[in-house]
Formats: sequence, C-alpha cells, structure tokens
Amino acid sequence: MKFLKDIEKLINSELATKIQNSFIKNSELTIEIDENNLIEVIQFLKSNERCKFKQLIDIAGVDYPDSEKRFQLVYLLLSHQNNIRIKVSTQFQLNQIINSITKIFPSANWMEREVFDMYGIKFKNHPDLRRILTDYGFKGHPLRKDFPLTGFNEVRYSEKEKKVIYEPVKLEQNYRNFDFESPWEGTNYLKEIKNLEKHDKKN
Amino acid sequence: MTKKTKSLNLNFGPQHPAAHGVLRLILELDGEVVEKADPHIGLLHRGTEKLIEQKTYTQALPYFDRLDYVAPMNQEHAFALAAEKLLDIEVPIRAKYIRVIFCEIGRILSHILNVTTQALDVGALTPSLWGFEERETLMTFYERASGSRLHANYFRTGGVHQDIPLKLIDDIEKFCKSFPKIIDDLEGLLTDNRIFKQRNVEIGIVTKQEALDHSFSGVMLRGSGVPWDLRRSQPYEIYKDLDFKIPVGKNGDCYDRYLCRIEEMRESVKIILQCIEKLPKGPVKSIDGKISPPNRDDLKQSMEALIHHFKLFTEGYRVPKGDVYTAVEAPKGEFGVYLISDGTNKPYRCKIRAPGFSHLQAMDYLIRGHMLADVPAVLGSLDIVFGEVDR
Repeated sequence: MKFLKDIEKLINSELATKIQNSFIKNSELTIEIDENNLIEVIQFLKSNERCKFKQLIDIAGVDYPDSEKRFQLVYLLLSHQNNIRIKVSTQFQLNQIINSITKIFPSANWMEREVFDMYGIKFKNHPDLRRILTDYGFKGHPLRKDFPLTGFNEVRYSEKEKKVIYEPVKLEQNYRNFDFESPWEGTNYLKEIKNLEKHDKKN
Repeated sequence: MTKKTKSLNLNFGPQHPAAHGVLRLILELDGEVVEKADPHIGLLHRGTEKLIEQKTYTQALPYFDRLDYVAPMNQEHAFALAAEKLLDIEVPIRAKYIRVIFCEIGRILSHILNVTTQALDVGALTPSLWGFEERETLMTFYERASGSRLHANYFRTGGVHQDIPLKLIDDIEKFCKSFPKIIDDLEGLLTDNRIFKQRNVEIGIVTKQEALDHSFSGVMLRGSGVPWDLRRSQPYEIYKDLDFKIPVGKNGDCYDRYLCRIEEMRESVKIILQCIEKLPKGPVKSIDGKISPPNRDDLKQSMEALIHHFKLFTEGYRVPKGDVYTAVEAPKGEFGVYLISDGTNKPYRCKIRAPGFSHLQAMDYLIRGHMLADVPAVLGSLDIVFGEVDR
C-alpha cells in the first residue's frame, strides 16, 4: 500500500504535466491522462527502472453515451517485479483516433482489435485493424450502449435455399427490461407505449 | 537455376477435432513448414459482456460458468471477488475454505482435460480414457455441492450458495488419497514416452521476455521459468495459510508446460487435503441480509426475511460506485474481471480478461517455422478453451 503511494508520487513527479489526475481507490492505483500522451506514458511505465510494468493485462473500453467525451479506454498493466498493478485511463470524443501501443506491447494487437470491434474506436499505426469477435460482415459495434441487446439480424438454416440465411430479428415477446431505479413508474417499454399514445392523441 | 515456389494456404478448422473447439486457422505453408498462421476466432461469441450489463449481479454470475466450461467455479470466483471488493464485505472463513477446495478441483478438472487431450493430439489415446474417468468423479462432487455437473452457479457474492453435504468431504478426501496413483499412471504413459517426447520437446519454445511481451500468464508463463502465481504473489482467500509449491519450467517448450501441469495437479491435491483438515465450522455466506438471501425456513417465520428474499430476487442488491480489477489464478492463467459499477443493481461494464485470448494471439509467432504436424501439439499445450477466448 505504501509502495503504491511511492509509485504514484514517482509517476506524478516524472510525468508531471502529462498526468491529469491520479488516485488510489479500493487499493488500486489509477492515473488519468490525455489520449495524446498515451504512448509516452505507457512507454515510461514499461521502461522506467522503478515502475517496470512489463506486462499489459488488458485494454477495456467503456461507453458513456451521455458524456461529452463519450469513450473511455482503461489500460491495465502489471509489474511482476514490484507486484503491483496500475490502471491508465483516458477519455475522449466519438471520432477520436487513438495511437496504437502495439509497438510497445505486441499483445495489444488483439486487444485493440477487440475494442475496435466492440466500440468502433480506431487506432493509428495498428498493423491489422479488423473485426475479431463478431461475424464476418457484421455491422455496428455491439458493446456501445445504444446497440440493442438482441442485435439486428439473426441467422437460421433455410430448407428452401439450402443455406444459412440472415433475417431481421423477430421477437415473439418484448424484451422486458425492468427499471428498478423508479419502481413506481413501471418498466421502460410501457412508458414508451404510453408516450406514443399521448403523442397520437395530440396529433 | 532456382525453382519458383508458391506458398499454399490451408484452412484448419473450424470443425477439426484437433482445433479444441471452433478455431479457424488460416495457415500459409511452404511445403510442410508453416510460414504464417492467422487465427480467426469469435465463432463461439455469445456477447457475455453485453448480457451481463443487462442483468443484476446475482443473475450475472452463471454466465461465468459458460466461459471456461472446463473449470467453471474458478471464473465465478473472479466475479464474486470483484463484487465483494466493491461492496467491501467479509466472506465467512468456512466459505473461503469451500471456495478453495472447489477451485482446486476445477484446476484438476482442467489440467486432466488438457494433459490428456494434448496426448490425444499427438497420437496417444489411452490417457484420455483414464483421465476422463477421474473427471467424471470430480464432476459428481460439483453436482453434489451445487446441483449440476458443469454449470455450477455455486459461488455467491459473500460466500457460497449452500453448505456442502457432510459425506461429500469424506468422499473428496478419499479421492485425494487415490488420485496421485492415477497421476503416476498417466505419467507412466507419457513422461518418458519416446513418441510423446519427440512431439513435444523443443516445440513451441517461449522465452521469458516473449512470455511477458505476449501477456502470457499461468502455466504458459511458469513453463518459461517465470515464478509467478497469483495464489502466491497476490494471495486471495486463504492461500497464504496453505503450504504448496509452484512448479516452474526451464525451457518453455510444450513438454515443460506438460510437466508443470502434472505437478500442479499434485499440488492441488495437497491443497485440498489441507483444506479438508482445517475446514472450520460456521456460516457459508455473508450474514448481511441486504446481500445474502435468507434461509428457506426463515421465510415462513420472519417478515423481514420475506421482504429481503423478495427484494434480493427481483431488484437484487446495489453495489457502490467505482471500478475494480480482480484476478484469480485460473487453471489456464490469470483470469480477471474489470468491473465498473454506477451504483445501481446492474454492472455498468464488466470486462472479462481471459487468459486464453492472449495465448491464442501468440499462435502466429509460436508456430512460425514449425511443421504442420506441430500445430496440434502447440495448440494443445496452449490450453485453449473457446468459451473464454470468444466470450
């Protein structure tokens, strides 16, 4: 715990202006940076004699549709020698292109591909930015909050055409997403229906 | 005069018995030598992370069984730990022991599958027949504790679902006494086997530096000589009170990884025996009524219990705002959950860090310059399960 504070101090003094904010919460160290400084910060964390964050654990994308800076990327790094972890977080706008860190960590390749696939965030200087988890020819970015849970297309084997075909999703029953934030006002889809009815009456 | 040669593109999988699931590998071959491998994954993608965002914390847990379906409870563990860290609750000591027992059973389950199928990939049929008998026994232990052989859904935030039946502990102990003999038998078939060694020694070598650069963890890292095990270095539950060794390889080839897994099984047996010996009495889930559901009996008597039961199974519990990353040493490596809560009853974001994803990524670099016949051997030793790679 004390060591974590030392590292936080070290990073703050060495990188000074590049760090927007840093804090320790739940005994985990997080630093917030501007997306333009990403390469330098990650490079520093990896190569600095005292930090030695030699392993990239994962890259997590997060979507905040209501925020002006819509996307957040969290880089999870691990230092085996010091036995500590760090989270490097950066937040940016919708069409921002982010520098790829594949040169520093080769394993970032697939992780960035996954973020691109799931959120549509583009990476500069990435050797091979293709979709990775979704279907060939898939459209949209499924982990964005505005992407519906059921998706848009479903597949089935067509006896007539003797092949697998794509069709728009058809649900027998509405997906029921109970909204527990306001238990007295009912569920979202009922609210939508009510709103529609109101709208119709007005017209 | 030089002859012009054209490289051959070979499509390996997705329906190939040696592909360990639905892996599609596009191989570029020069004669029998692999020049490039391009793994296509995602054929088993089910959108687990998206689904979890729509479910309460209790409902999200079963999805973790379906990730690495060879060792289900180890993944549940990571999620339970993440939620507990955010809620800042204490797990009763008996629950910790039970969790460790079942995590180690999971490790044995996974390693038996991997070692024997790796042998199967290089031509040995018998180990899998012997090993799967033991897996069946272990899965009945799962069933007796949780009600199902595979998708256990046994761990809960704050403990485990139910106490284990009395006789189960005796049976697990009996198994632990007899199982080392089975490992000896498996080793007798494989360790000094000429064919097995020819197919595995010095195949798919990973150096220390490469293992770190490619985000390897678990046996893939230890096989290359890095003594790193989360159970020892960042101990969770009761691992720091237990006495066990961490086997480390020397050469970082497929054979060393096989040896590591065999040794880990022996260590797991030791851990389980220690836990059984020390197993204390007491509650098995958090006594906080706002998080653990009440006993069935209390529902008939106590109004408060009834309300808690209703609220917990409709709305679920709310988790304070914040983000945490917790990792456990799953059989395949570091399995982590990065959980962001916005203070409601559903996770805002749950990023799952699967060890197999990074391991499979290195396939291209591992297999370059090897023969086509080495592809299944390397793939076997990577310990890939598509449930967790594709998520």
